[in-house]
Amino acid sequence: METIITAILITGAIGFLCAAFLAIATKLMYVKTDARVEKLREILPGANCGACGFSSCESYANALVKDNAATNLCPPGGEKVYKEINEVLDKNSGAGLTKKTATVHCLGDCDEVKDKLNYDGINTCFAAKQLYGGQGACTYGCVGFGDCVPVCPSNAICIEKNLAKINPKKCNGCGLCLKVCPTKIISLENEPVDVAVLCKNKEKGAIVKDKCNKGCIACNLCVKACPEDAIEVEEYLAIIDYEKCNGCGKCIEVCIKKCILART
Amino acid sequence: MDIDFRALVVIMMSAALVNNYVLRQFLGVCPFLGVSKDLKSSVGMGFAVMFVMLLAASVTWPIQVFLLDTNDLRFMQTVVFILVIATLVQLVEVILKKYSPSLFESLGVYLPLMTTNCAVLAVTISNINNGYTYIEAVVSALGAGLGFFLAMVIFTGVREHTASADPPEAFKGIPLILITAAILSLAFFGFEGVIENLFGQ
Repeated sequence: METIITAILITGAIGFLCAAFLAIATKLMYVKTDARVEKLREILPGANCGACGFSSCESYANALVKDNAATNLCPPGGEKVYKEINEVLDKNSGAGLTKKTATVHCLGDCDEVKDKLNYDGINTCFAAKQLYGGQGACTYGCVGFGDCVPVCPSNAICIEKNLAKINPKKCNGCGLCLKVCPTKIISLENEPVDVAVLCKNKEKGAIVKDKCNKGCIACNLCVKACPEDAIEVEEYLAIIDYEKCNGCGKCIEVCIKKCILART
Repeated sequence: MDIDFRALVVIMMSAALVNNYVLRQFLGVCPFLGVSKDLKSSVGMGFAVMFVMLLAASVTWPIQVFLLDTNDLRFMQTVVFILVIATLVQLVEVILKKYSPSLFESLGVYLPLMTTNCAVLAVTISNINNGYTYIEAVVSALGAGLGFFLAMVIFTGVREHTASADPPEAFKGIPLILITAAILSLAFFGFEGVIENLFGQ
């Protein structure tokens, strides 16, 4: 019994001393934080998604106050957060808010792409990708295990027939899915984009044809059809220059593989 | 009280190299793998760990000898030591936040993790188990800290090279880091017997 009491007393005393010591140290070393930083941190969504380019909402709030960072960098916050930030900082950057949306550049679901092997391993894109690039024949396409689904803070991604699909209405443009996708087929573009080439395969047309029914075979029909010369074929893959694209949709009509689509 | 300097050098060298806490005893591997991405933060972490080890050893030794041993409370060793180490880590955190916010940012979550860092705890406990005197305990902690610092810096250097290498897909990222750490650990096994031959013990 005596041992227990001494144990409690001594441990308690040490704990109390440590706590008192820390309390004094914290008081002495107190760092003043700008009141605006606190306010900004409350305004920001607090998802720590990193879309602004800073590691957390807190560091973005810091950068806003100290380094004069642009106020329009928070896509998940949208118009509301943008306005509130400007109010707190009492400035108008005038740059306006650009909303971005993510797109999966692949149409190769399990009906369209041939299987190359029967993958029976860990059910993540990251793991499957290590083994000869996954189950499907096309190594440029969606692996389909949905690594991007759980990271999406707004539940905008779902997997249909082994293919990731993003609901642009739900997408908040944070870009987290871009980071986890091992194939890098998701891109983030400014909102007013009407057409997109939904294929990333850079192999020759004949090879693509063999692997996938919806792959770009570099036939150049879209290049010829485009009235604005906005499409170019590089490495056997059509690429749209969004600076020039006016969204007329002529390329959608001519694409024989139907891999240029209007974004819905 | 006369001090045996040769014994102190032996203790320090063996804590730093032969019994390197990270590479020979595999303690404190978490910050070793986590903060070794760039030289600046790994040097910072090295210093922080060294500082905490030194403080922890110099504070826990008297606690063990004057409080726990005399009151027959040796079984409370782990709890009390962790309590003290946690306090010291908090102290380092507060100091860093005040004087070096950038280092505080780059160390991130690994600083609070140092609270339960087994390397720090192991240093303090092995000091007691080896029956060191106060000075010996402090020197051994300094050696352990130096060893940790050395391991961090060397490993960061290697990692900066492997980061620009192009390994096979399956080795990218963590596997390559672990293999590098294993080879580095093998290299440290080369220090086996150095102390005996240098100082003839």
